[in-house]
Amino acid sequence: MSTVTYAGTPVEVDAEGFLEDPAQWNEQVGEQIAAENGIAELTDRHWMVVNYMRDSYLENGTAPSIRTLGKASGVPIKELYSLFPKGPAKLAAKVAGIPKPRGCI
Amino acid sequence: MSKRILIIGAGTGGTLTANRLRRRYGDRAQITVIDADDRHLYQPGLLFVPFALADPDDIVRSRAKQLRKGINFHIGEVDRVDIEAEEVLLKDGSRFVYDVLVVASGSSLLPEETEGLPEALSQGSAFGFYTLDEAVALREKLKGFDSGHLVMNMVEMPIKCPVAPLEFCFLADWFLHERGVRSEVEITYVTPLDGAFTKPVASRELGDLLKSKDIRLETEFATGQVDGDAGKLISWDEREIPFDLLVSIPVHGGADFVSRSEGLGDELGFVMTDPHTLQSAVAPNIFAIGDATNLPASKAGSATHFEGDTLTANIERFFDGEEPEGTYDGHANCFIETGFHKALLIDFNYEVEPLPGRYPFARVGLPLLRESRLNHMAKLAFQPFYWHALLPGRDVPGIGAQMSMDGKQPTPSNQGESE
Ligand SMILES: Cc1cc2nc3c(=O)[nH]c(=O)nc-3n(C[C@H](O)[C@H](O)[C@H](O)COP(=O)(O)OP(=O)(O)OC[C@H]3O[C@@H](n4cnc5c(N)ncnc54)[C@H](O)[C@@H]3O)c2cc1C
Repeated sequence: MSTVTYAGTPVEVDAEGFLEDPAQWNEQVGEQIAAENGIAELTDRHWMVVNYMRDSYLENGTAPSIRTLGKASGVPIKELYSLFPKGPAKLAAKVAGIPKPRGCI
Repeated sequence: MSKRILIIGAGTGGTLTANRLRRRYGDRAQITVIDADDRHLYQPGLLFVPFALADPDDIVRSRAKQLRKGINFHIGEVDRVDIEAEEVLLKDGSRFVYDVLVVASGSSLLPEETEGLPEALSQGSAFGFYTLDEAVALREKLKGFDSGHLVMNMVEMPIKCPVAPLEFCFLADWFLHERGVRSEVEITYVTPLDGAFTKPVASRELGDLLKSKDIRLETEFATGQVDGDAGKLISWDEREIPFDLLVSIPVHGGADFVSRSEGLGDELGFVMTDPHTLQSAVAPNIFAIGDATNLPASKAGSATHFEGDTLTANIERFFDGEEPEGTYDGHANCFIETGFHKALLIDFNYEVEPLPGRYPFARVGLPLLRESRLNHMAKLAFQPFYWHALLPGRDVPGIGAQMSMDGKQPTPSNQGESE
């Protein structure tokens, strides 16, 4: 665990840069994490996904999978990959300030 | 209180639950099990069919015959659960009222969730081995497959038995070697995960094993489309992998009646279930077991077996008017067939990832996370164990439902990484 400062807010992150405590997050923090990960600007479509991720995590205690995102966030899977290249579920979780989706065994 | 117990599904979980409850209650409970047919398939046997190591006839038995005397078995397809009315409606129009319902309907294969996959499967450019018909068709195909690119693709987690695609690659390596054509065939395992497996220590070990057998590993590949005519897999981020023979493990979801039963399932049709008590989120008298649940555990027969303990105890507690106890810890173990008459064993739970060591005891046990002939023998012995101990719901000395750290060697690198 280490502490980094985003937009003037110190937050704790794990070894891969996921926030340890979702309560330390705010929109500016999200924007800065996005920029660090190659997303220059968060559009409305990005926010739809990020907000869905956060709500779903805060409600269920787990981050949704990519298929759930594709079915329920209002953004189809194809677009998720263009918004959050490589691993949308992982990257959107990071931007949303929630823990890394727990790959089940 | 009357005890009408209704169980949907007479596979691994439904059968062992019915047998345990019957032993517990005898005639004091009326137990009914519903399934769509009377063919109980020993699913772990499917892995061996494509390589002619198992005969289809040897892995199917009557469902009814696996149930103790006194249990009612009804053949029919469930259409939906009316949770308010506490009854289950079948497609043939019949209705079953319950006091306690157990959903043990497993998972379904959804090739239609991947563009082009159903067409590729029906044209014969893609194959599978998760159903008996597919496994037999693949066996015929492999007989004449002498050269080219064999691609094993797991489309997405969760799947039943997440080690099965790896085992398939290892056995294919052995099979092609025996036939003298291994050098003419390239084998690639294409996975959406970032390694060979979900958890770090096992992922590293299994990754090394793939390498030593010259099986290529393509990671973080999220399959968006299968183009059967051109023979290629295409990912959502537009990477392409050409194949001559594709073996695909499609997306899994819950049984479709779950989605038709208001409030029972999540978006994928898995029953929303408490990971420790196995009680459903929707009603206190509905429980779920095995692959049908949304538990973050392995979809495996072994996990289903260990869940059986917690499930039956909590059904009993429910009838006694007590709160359920959260005793299930995510325990599962899996033999991983690695070819050339060897296998490897992993044992883990929600918190502890697969570690090296021995199972079940440090001094006398099967080696964990290491190839051995003994593990291969044990994997073969699992089939008689399945029919004669697991399904009847017998307790096995030394094999606890909860995971034990006895015999495991925690390595400093994996402490705390399993979350
Ligand atoms: C290739 C392969 C290899 C495997 N290898 C292993 C292994 O080595 N070790 C291991 O532990 N596990 C292994 N498994 C996994 C194991 O078989 C499953 O996890 C286990 O069978 C799950 O039990 P279940 O009761 O949840 O589901 P199932 O046994 O699948 O039973 C579900 C039942 O519900 C019925 N059903 C579904 N919908 C309806 C409906 N609408 N109406 C009526 N009935 C319905 C189905 O017909 C089915 O019989 C393997 C699986 C596969 C596919």
